Amino acid sequence: MSVDRRGWSYVVLCLLTCFATPVAAMAPIEHWQTDNGARVYFVPAPELPMVDVQVVFDAGSARDADRAGLAQFTHHLLDQGAGGLSGDEIAARLEGVGARLSGQSLRDMAVLSLRSLVDRKYLDPALAVFTQVLTHPDFNRVDVERERERLLVGLQYAQQRPGEVAEKAFYAGLYGDHPYATPSEGTAESLKAIDRDALRAFHTQYYVARNAVIAIVGALDRAQAEALAAQLTRGLPAGERALELPPVPDLSAAAERHIPHPSTQTHILVGQPGMRRGDPDYFALYVGNYVLGGGGLVSRLSTEVREKRGLSYSVYSYFLPMARRGPFQMGLQTRNDQAAEALKVLRATLTRYVAEGPTAAELEAAKKNITGGQALRIDSNRKILEYLAVIGFYDLPLDYLETFNAKVEALTLEQVNDAFKRRLQPAHMLTVQVGSE
Amino acid sequence: MVLPAAAPAADPSAEQPAAATRTHEFMLDNGMKLIVKEDHRAPVVVSQVWYKVGSSYEHGGITGISHVLEHMMFKGTKKHGPGEFSRIIAENGGRENAFTGRDYTAYFQSLEKGRLPVAFELESDRMRNLQLQQAEFAKEVKVVMEERRMRTEDNASALTYEQFNAVAFLSSPYRIPIIGWMGDLQGLTLDELHAWYRKWYAPNNATLVVAGDVDPGEVRALAERYFGPLEPDTVTPPKPRPEIEQRGVRRITVKAPAEVPYLIMGYKVPVLATAARDWEPYALEVLAGILDGGDSARLARELVRGSQIAASASAGYSLYDRQESLLMLDGAPANDHDVAALEQALRAQVAQLRDAPVTVPELERVKAQVLADRIYQEDSVFYQAMQIGQLETLGLGWERMEEYLPRIQAVTAAQVQEVAKRYLNEDRLTIAVLDPQPMDAKVRAGAAALGGGHVR
Repeated sequence: MSVDRRGWSYVVLCLLTCFATPVAAMAPIEHWQTDNGARVYFVPAPELPMVDVQVVFDAGSARDADRAGLAQFTHHLLDQGAGGLSGDEIAARLEGVGARLSGQSLRDMAVLSLRSLVDRKYLDPALAVFTQVLTHPDFNRVDVERERERLLVGLQYAQQRPGEVAEKAFYAGLYGDHPYATPSEGTAESLKAIDRDALRAFHTQYYVARNAVIAIVGALDRAQAEALAAQLTRGLPAGERALELPPVPDLSAAAERHIPHPSTQTHILVGQPGMRRGDPDYFALYVGNYVLGGGGLVSRLSTEVREKRGLSYSVYSYFLPMARRGPFQMGLQTRNDQAAEALKVLRATLTRYVAEGPTAAELEAAKKNITGGQALRIDSNRKILEYLAVIGFYDLPLDYLETFNAKVEALTLEQVNDAFKRRLQPAHMLTVQVGSE
Repeated sequence: MVLPAAAPAADPSAEQPAAATRTHEFMLDNGMKLIVKEDHRAPVVVSQVWYKVGSSYEHGGITGISHVLEHMMFKGTKKHGPGEFSRIIAENGGRENAFTGRDYTAYFQSLEKGRLPVAFELESDRMRNLQLQQAEFAKEVKVVMEERRMRTEDNASALTYEQFNAVAFLSSPYRIPIIGWMGDLQGLTLDELHAWYRKWYAPNNATLVVAGDVDPGEVRALAERYFGPLEPDTVTPPKPRPEIEQRGVRRITVKAPAEVPYLIMGYKVPVLATAARDWEPYALEVLAGILDGGDSARLARELVRGSQIAASASAGYSLYDRQESLLMLDGAPANDHDVAALEQALRAQVAQLRDAPVTVPELERVKAQVLADRIYQEDSVFYQAMQIGQLETLGLGWERMEEYLPRIQAVTAAQVQEVAKRYLNEDRLTIAVLDPQPMDAKVRAGAAALGGGHVR
């Protein structure tokens, strides 16, 4: 099912029939649009007297263009002054009623979350402030300058962390000229070049109703949730949804990068462009990856690297599905003098897995874990909220959660093998190593 | 057989925050305590086994042994081979792991509610029947050393904290890092692990906490079936090893490759288990909230946004510890300030708490947050079980959880000032400063090899 982006106001697209087979204690997802085009996803959860609201804009660092760090800088400034309230006043008003404001600036998304008690005497003041933060950030000069300095310290701090150095180099190497290559936190040079006008312009273009998804979970009824969403977005222009990002090209050859760092361990990342949200191979790759390196201590990578050889505390692989193909990444950290051995094991495990695929027993175990864990994925308001945001932001069908297990069950060995062979080329992987010789 | 040791936590008709979140306590014949917290919002269950043992039970030479043993608990019994525990839980759709603290070691599984017996069967088996094998141990202790490198050796702030902690406490076992000193990990033997397992892993030294969509009576019957037959053992509780009285400020410098300087300050303060005046820990909790209970608290408002001396600054205190602990302040200076300026600013904040009572709006804000957090915490079944397990293992009793809100609400500005005056003074203070060294990889390579003891 696709979600209409323009016309339908206040229409529930998901009907109760979505829930013919009970999966877990979660009410059906309700969906509508505000008058100015923000897409709203709501699940009532009456048990606790609280509400979680998450607003997601297509305003992540993929929208930085030639100003690395612009999206994150903008997001960072939102609660530092808005609607004439100072950063001090914003914080005091929210915290005075026990509300929690948090946020995240990712490559695809700018996320703002509010958690509040549902009693109007707490919720109303919290919502009033949250609305100003979303719609009318002031970008005062003094705040911009101060936060720029703090972001610069943050950049320095990241440089002393080998894992963060590796991650940055990995995205740069994986994505070349694609917007996903841009370092989300910017560079010292790029941050210094961003002025208030650039921040304002970014907010004006991307923090608009048609570019927003609102997820709500809590002790509200439909009418209250509608009123809440309307209040949050009333001050936003309708605007335009951000243009689709360009497709991610394949890596044409293997590439290696070694960055010296005074660490006792070498951090190793190996990968290539993986899959996007809604990818036709999503389930085959997701389930197949559980066997390779997604299933905690029972995966092949964990068995080979950690259990058999004691080379690393953490070793994993994942596909991060994004609007465009997010990374497929394998990673570990090991004592510098063991890096070559660990890398060899990592690569050999991948090569063999892509060539042979999982065994029937491994696939069965993966299916059992994933389907058997369905109830755990939605056992709190917070987790349901995250799912709503993802379903909404990436236009996934409203029955995504209900049909999830059936799609996992339906996978065959051949489908998983075929997907891995088509989607991963062990000979064309990017390898990043950060550590001492 | 299982006897109920206490009635349900409260009168069901009384003010329960959520629909049906009652707590039930039972004692098995072998001395294992079972606590069941009902939460019927989702068809899931969390099972946690908490042992009274952690790094503060250790001594020099075997530091880190509780944590290494925690790793070895996944390496098999007579009945289940190495790694089989994890494989069975995974095939049941579960999540599982374990964690070690100063005062506890805990193991947990989250499962669909019907699969609780799977967790009980495995967990009861490894409580008494662990097979410690040299080959598995040799590999796993290497994994723990890699964990230490990742968390501590290559993390300048963590390295600074570890040394700060070892200097702040001289005679208290809280000086011991949970993960252990590298040299002690290298010298650890299988025999020592055997002895540690026999000493602490017995039903009468464990608390089983179950939270979720379960029936307390059924859980009790299951616990009796799986854990009931386990033989109790003689467990000698650790001797008190109180911290000696501090006589003057302690100060250290930690040099490590880094880009950003870092400062930690800690004042010796009482905790609930040690406080002579039982309101004091709650007053200290409020005091920490006045300094750093969010973005409107004093440190963010006055040091990050106001004077802009700090790029970041925070404060923390926990009243739930077994022995005397610390109220901590830490931070990084803004780029045009140094650590000395940040220290002065933090000391001025502390002086202000001693010199003047906190304002009514500040007090109200902290109390509003505590009230709200009480509700928010109910959203996580896992967290609810954690709180119960922690309080039980510290010997405080889970009922203390219910006291938290009213005790915080009762704290006055005068009490906050009184604890500031009594405890936040120079003679109880320890300071550590990270002195950033050049990030040149070659310079460090040699030093790190020596420090880590891994010279090829």
